[in-house]
Amino acid sequence: MSGGEAVLFWVLAPVMVLAALGLVFAKKAVHAALCMAVVMVSLGAVYFAEQAPFLGGVQVFVYTGAVMMLFVFVLMLVGVDSSDSLIETIKGQRLAATLFGLGTVALLLSVLSHVTYGEPKGLTEVNDAPDSGNLGALAVRIFGGYVWAFEVTGALLITAALGAMVLAHRERLVPRPGQRELSVRRIRDGAIKAPLPAPGVFARHNAVDTPALLPDGTPSELSVSRVLVARGQSLSATDRAGEIRTIDAELRSPLGDTVPGLNGAAVGDGAPAEAEDEHA
Amino acid sequence: MNLAWWLYLSALLFAIGATTVLVRRNAIIVFMGVELMLNATNLAFVTFSRMQGTIDGQVIALFVMLVAAAEVVVGLAIIMTIFRTRRSASVDDVNLLKY
Repeated sequence: MSGGEAVLFWVLAPVMVLAALGLVFAKKAVHAALCMAVVMVSLGAVYFAEQAPFLGGVQVFVYTGAVMMLFVFVLMLVGVDSSDSLIETIKGQRLAATLFGLGTVALLLSVLSHVTYGEPKGLTEVNDAPDSGNLGALAVRIFGGYVWAFEVTGALLITAALGAMVLAHRERLVPRPGQRELSVRRIRDGAIKAPLPAPGVFARHNAVDTPALLPDGTPSELSVSRVLVARGQSLSATDRAGEIRTIDAELRSPLGDTVPGLNGAAVGDGAPAEAEDEHA
Repeated sequence: MNLAWWLYLSALLFAIGATTVLVRRNAIIVFMGVELMLNATNLAFVTFSRMQGTIDGQVIALFVMLVAAAEVVVGLAIIMTIFRTRRSASVDDVNLLKY
């Protein structure tokens, strides 16, 4: 291992191990997927350093390009916020699994450290051969000694693609409802026929996270997008109600009586002078 | 510093992947743990190939990638099908084969 490779190892290995640990500890599945992508890109770089340039390219294309994209796509369908339940169905399973993991590390590392490896031969001769190079040498093996395995993997890939199509296919059991059936169902179900109320626009808030006020002054939950409510990003209707009561009380107080135009009486010469007094 | 360090890293990644499979309940994350184990073995294959001075290890690693890609396609399709019928991606909810 040359000096540059040692630097690469000590930079990438901690990153990879930390990202892999993120897979164990990440609460959200998307974060775990991102950690996995970090591991895979780093592995691609490692392959380039390990005299396997073709594998490095394939690693980046196939794993980070195709496989991780597939994972993220399925996460999108299943629900980005799907997280683990923390209930243990088997008692003490987490502890046992952690012990198992530590035991595996200890076993593998102890075995690997007791092996005598001999002088590493390196692939420089193979990769720098004038007529083949790394890719040519791989091709000679794949289409030579491993040609039967290669054919079988072709069959495997076709079977997998067909299997995925069969699993993802859904047969329609009832005829597709048309516009007429949908509108009849909507009326029968007693859904709201008119458009939903728009979010509230007030003097202090004009954002979509503010509930609108109904004619009787109560905030309408329907006016705020349920996505915002689920994320906890909506100003709650009850908070608004309290604020409205405060403003209402202020308006009814003696000071509020002098607000111009509110009760019709104060729109005269007195009101501007009084306002100036307040500012002073 | 010698090539064995890559093997140590591979062993560590493999153990972390195995722990992920055992600890996590979300089927997709469990699947990612399996992928991590496959990747760790690939790293070991590539390192062995370099130690031995033959390219066969890289060929095997290529085949592992191929099989892993096929496995991901079918596995994710199964997860999708289960999610469609049960509205859940947790491996705890799929226990009907017990009875």
